[in-house]
Amino acid sequence: MDINRIRKWFHLPGKLLAPFLVLAMLLCGFLVGAMLLILVGTNPLNAFRELFVGAFGNMNGLTNTFIKTGPLVFVGLGICISFRAGVFNVGGEGQIVIGALSATAVALTVPNWPGWLLILLCLFVGFLAGAIWGGVAGFLKAYARVNEVLSTIMMNYIAVYAMNYLLRGPMLDRSQLAAFTYLPQTSRVPVAAYLPCLFSTRIHLGIAIGALLGILVYVFLWRTTIGFRIRMIGKNARAARGAGVNVKGYMVLSIFLAGGLAGLGGAVQVLGVHHRLFTDGSAFGFTASAGFNGIVAALFAQLHPIGTVLASFLFGGLLTGAFRMQRTLQVPTALIGTLNGLIVLFVVASQTLRSRQAQHVDRTMKAVSTPLVGKEGE
Amino acid sequence: MIGSTIVSAATTVIYLATPYLYASIGETFGQLSGVLNLGVEGVMLMGAYAAFFTVLRTGSLTLGLLVAAVLGGSLGLVMAFMTVTLKAEQVISGMGLYLFSLGLSEFLFKKTIGTVQTVSGFPPVNIPWFSSIPVIGEILFRQNVLVYIAFALVPFAWFVLSKTPFGLKVRAAGQNPEAADSLGINIVRVRYLALMIGGLLSGIAGASLSIALLNVFQPNITNGIGFIAVGLVFFANWRPLGILAGTLIFSTVTSLQLWMQVQDINIPSDFLSMIPYIAIILVFVSMMKRRVYPPAALTKPFERGE
Repeated sequence: MDINRIRKWFHLPGKLLAPFLVLAMLLCGFLVGAMLLILVGTNPLNAFRELFVGAFGNMNGLTNTFIKTGPLVFVGLGICISFRAGVFNVGGEGQIVIGALSATAVALTVPNWPGWLLILLCLFVGFLAGAIWGGVAGFLKAYARVNEVLSTIMMNYIAVYAMNYLLRGPMLDRSQLAAFTYLPQTSRVPVAAYLPCLFSTRIHLGIAIGALLGILVYVFLWRTTIGFRIRMIGKNARAARGAGVNVKGYMVLSIFLAGGLAGLGGAVQVLGVHHRLFTDGSAFGFTASAGFNGIVAALFAQLHPIGTVLASFLFGGLLTGAFRMQRTLQVPTALIGTLNGLIVLFVVASQTLRSRQAQHVDRTMKAVSTPLVGKEGE
Repeated sequence: MIGSTIVSAATTVIYLATPYLYASIGETFGQLSGVLNLGVEGVMLMGAYAAFFTVLRTGSLTLGLLVAAVLGGSLGLVMAFMTVTLKAEQVISGMGLYLFSLGLSEFLFKKTIGTVQTVSGFPPVNIPWFSSIPVIGEILFRQNVLVYIAFALVPFAWFVLSKTPFGLKVRAAGQNPEAADSLGINIVRVRYLALMIGGLLSGIAGASLSIALLNVFQPNITNGIGFIAVGLVFFANWRPLGILAGTLIFSTVTSLQLWMQVQDINIPSDFLSMIPYIAIILVFVSMMKRRVYPPAALTKPFERGE
């Protein structure tokens, strides 16, 4: 079968160039990272070996990589939907937190429900809460022309302070209260609400749900009318409006779904990994920056859902390996954040280089650029 | 008693305004030239780190400030290369710059400093005669030098942006680059310069936190100030005087929140900490009814026609 037909069928971006370009971007990121490591006096080859061995080299690392992939997949898939609609949702952090908060609250309120029902309820509530949290920003964008980048960032901070308040007060673990330690965390959710683990490892059902969602989001975006309209308003909002598409409505819907997926990711983190919610006072304590790293994974995969699942695995691996690198070579894990930022810059730069090279190339990034205090809604 | 509380609160209002002023005025230059730089928060972090590290090692405050400014300017150059030369998507480029700087400042902090330390930052300077005016002197004229420069920057930026050829070129590049280009204005150069000025001021904004106001550095010390500064530019309708007003309202809200935390008022501190972020969203909602004039070419890359 002709590889171009495969490419077309799956709507893979760009020409055959794309996979090489992706690898080149990753390589560029690592090159700059290597320079940085030399600067602080660490042998980059050793560091990168530790990074990859830690991530993929043994069973324990691989398991952790799978677990770290989870939240990135959920956020990344949401990003595929909202960025394709031209809505820059950078509120993943807050949406994860709100989803996790609601799921925890539900699990602790009705602990006696049958396990499967409780799990379903928690996941649903997590989704809904994240969706509403994101939807608010979407609504403000569509109907009050509030720039969504800034509003979602502000809502990240608001969500974190809400979590800090609840975890220090109303939702504080009773045993922490009794022991006078006051670590800001909730009690454990009932064991019945734990997500089942797969193949007797620590890899939980949430990871499989994430991978499945990758296919679902792909089908949604390219095989349904709603998905088509979402992509349409991202490519050309005016043309979509001319064709009778409710641009504002689909804008809100896209970030509603994105927020929902991130919220679901938060719920999965609670039920599958930590079994409780905790905070260190900042956003990163619980989310480990998944709200931003998911964006990196999605952009790296050129906003393709299935690619996003694979990219999340790669970035989940980097995050896992970073801990080994820190332990053995004292290289701070923040190196991965630096690499992620670089990769975003390279991805967005390569997009323009490519579109200059060939006129017909899928202009993914062009599609997501919207005027700021724009008149796009009218 | 009440009087001294009010005076100390007002003093806080003035000095809390400093990082916002630098960052917002810098961002105004970039946005007026047609480029939205969302990397301000990141540039501030790098500036804060660089200034702190330099002061810790050399003890020279001037050198620290200079290093932060130069580093900020270079990061502005990176943003300009991305958005002007490569015509990359501005919002995503800005987020990339933010993530990069967020990671790098933490990485370098852990590798070169390691623990939270303090430095002795810019000391307060009493302005002769003025500082002895009761109340007002205490509030306005016993601040450190970076605070004075920040406030002096407002009229200066206004003058540069509306009364000098360079300022008019910047605004032309953001309003109608095609027309400006046809009149012989080099759009690329103007946007590069505007973004470098923006980066330089953001670097100083970061330095003002780490070597003048708080005198410490820790990862993510800015905690959203850079993003709020971008929001303030919109609120200010892209005018320096509007930025002064917005900043003062904002630092009043912030210092009120700090004051309420100290006073042990029976509202959880987490709710009070939310106020600035909620305020920015409300500011944007209120803009719906106001007449605003964003630069027409904001976020649009300039493609020169043949």
